[in-house]
Amino acid sequence: MNIFVLMKRTFDTEEKIALNGGKINEDGAEFIINPYDEYAIEEAIQVRDANGGEVTVISVGGEETEKQLRTALAMGADKAVLINTEDDVENGDQFTTAKLLAEYLKDKDADLILGGNVAIDGGSGQVGPRVAELLNIPYVTTITKLEIDGSNVTVTRDVEGDSEVIETSLPLLVTAQQGLNEPRYPSLPGIMKAKKKPFAELELDDLDLEEDDVEAKTKTIEIYLPPKKEAGKVLAGDLNDQVKELVHLLHTEAKVI
Amino acid sequence: MSRKVLVLGEVRDGSLRNVSFEAIAAAKTIAEGGEVIGVIAGETVSALGAELVQYGADRVVVVEDEKLKQYTSDGYAQALLAVINQEKPEGLVLGHTALGKDLAPRIAGKLSSGLISDVIAVEAGGGNIVFTRPIYSGKAFEKKIVTDGLIFATVRPNNIATLAKDESRSGEVSSLSVEIINLRAIIKEVVRKTSEGVDLSEAKVVISGGRGVKSAEGFEPLKELAQVLGGAVGASRGACDADYCDYSLQIGQTGKVVTPDLYIACGISGAIQHLAGMSNSKVIVAINKDPEANIFKVADYGIVGDLFEVVPLLTEEFKKLKVHS
Repeated sequence: MNIFVLMKRTFDTEEKIALNGGKINEDGAEFIINPYDEYAIEEAIQVRDANGGEVTVISVGGEETEKQLRTALAMGADKAVLINTEDDVENGDQFTTAKLLAEYLKDKDADLILGGNVAIDGGSGQVGPRVAELLNIPYVTTITKLEIDGSNVTVTRDVEGDSEVIETSLPLLVTAQQGLNEPRYPSLPGIMKAKKKPFAELELDDLDLEEDDVEAKTKTIEIYLPPKKEAGKVLAGDLNDQVKELVHLLHTEAKVI
Repeated sequence: MSRKVLVLGEVRDGSLRNVSFEAIAAAKTIAEGGEVIGVIAGETVSALGAELVQYGADRVVVVEDEKLKQYTSDGYAQALLAVINQEKPEGLVLGHTALGKDLAPRIAGKLSSGLISDVIAVEAGGGNIVFTRPIYSGKAFEKKIVTDGLIFATVRPNNIATLAKDESRSGEVSSLSVEIINLRAIIKEVVRKTSEGVDLSEAKVVISGGRGVKSAEGFEPLKELAQVLGGAVGASRGACDADYCDYSLQIGQTGKVVTPDLYIACGISGAIQHLAGMSNSKVIVAINKDPEANIFKVADYGIVGDLFEVVPLLTEEFKKLKVHS
């Protein structure tokens, strides 16, 4: 099976966010594989191990994304591809990323494409379905289970807490939801092997694209941090009285009940 | 500049979801005096058209087909694209729900348009429509505009106020016939896990449990409190990892992001990863044994104490309040 994983490099979930010159300050921040994409990588490896084939992890980003792609290789992916947009795309959006990925994938005869259902930085969750539409293949988002039998696929999907069991077929794109699997940590031999695995780097030219073809349709005009919250009121006294006071405050002061 | 704006009305269990009325309010802002047209897809849904009009739509187009009884990406995309093709709108708004998250990017892909997802505020003025949305799970916010083509957004439930319902408002409800073909992914079964409760992302009140809940049974008092308040139960990552509850309840940077009127955190320490999912709630109450717990830093009100003592007392007290009012 020809399996591809769409991966994004993101801020670590525990990072505090600060601004510098109106932009998110990335100095000294830890970067990771987007957690939802980790589920996608793990699932891709499991599908390959059960069905044969190879897993290619692909990312749109800059030079520094190599680190996260190497981590994916260390987990067990076979190949990595970086579409490096550093020199060509200044402010891409989801239209840009999806267009780049689809252009790369259009002649690859992918059987299965996996990605996270959302990235924890931008949080738009658009790229997966956009790529599927551009490739004209079916997709299922927020999956928690994937079963493949020949070209028939049964997928369980999380829908706001309920589950849908969906029957579909390859080629297919799916986006991973938490609960799909338990991503493995890269092993030491895996890390050693990853250094020698195929790593390709492409630019716009290599995909026969011009800057105009991928120009963003949306623009960020301002980034700001939420106002700092004043410290709240910690109640004191007899527990029964505290509870009475809390209910009274929620009713009369906060007026939410 | 006035614009024609479409809004997809989302039907759940035979009724329109509140987020669809919020989407109409957003569409009114985008339209800047232009026409707002509701779209409803389903098996038999034309009777719901009037309610979209009462909440501010000028008219409604329904697409009815037995193949639209359940949401599928293929079916709904065909229905919505047919209406877009007929109406040629300059704006489009969906709810940022499971359906909207699944469908909107595909429509944007098909139309080669931009899409601003998970919007919490919309403003018009100065020629641009400015959308505000959380990034880094609410640790920061960005303001975005569409620079080319369709003004397309999904709106997060519970954030944009609906227009006042006006039962005297009337508007045309027309039907568009669309041939729904080639459904490539078929729903075989729906397993309801949330039937007992209110939808977490739309709930006005969320009662959330962390490691301090100690077991699956430990969620029972939280469920009782949620029931009294008409709210939903959520959880921290710690509680989900410990198998006290399903991951579908997880609130945080991984998991759901909620912005209810009232968020009651029970036995939750308040890791950054959790705060990212709930810190924009209007009022936060923390109940924790540890007075040093981080959750007290974001809470509006706090009680230092054992949740197993505090939560049942709260439930009783809210019951009394309900009887009195």
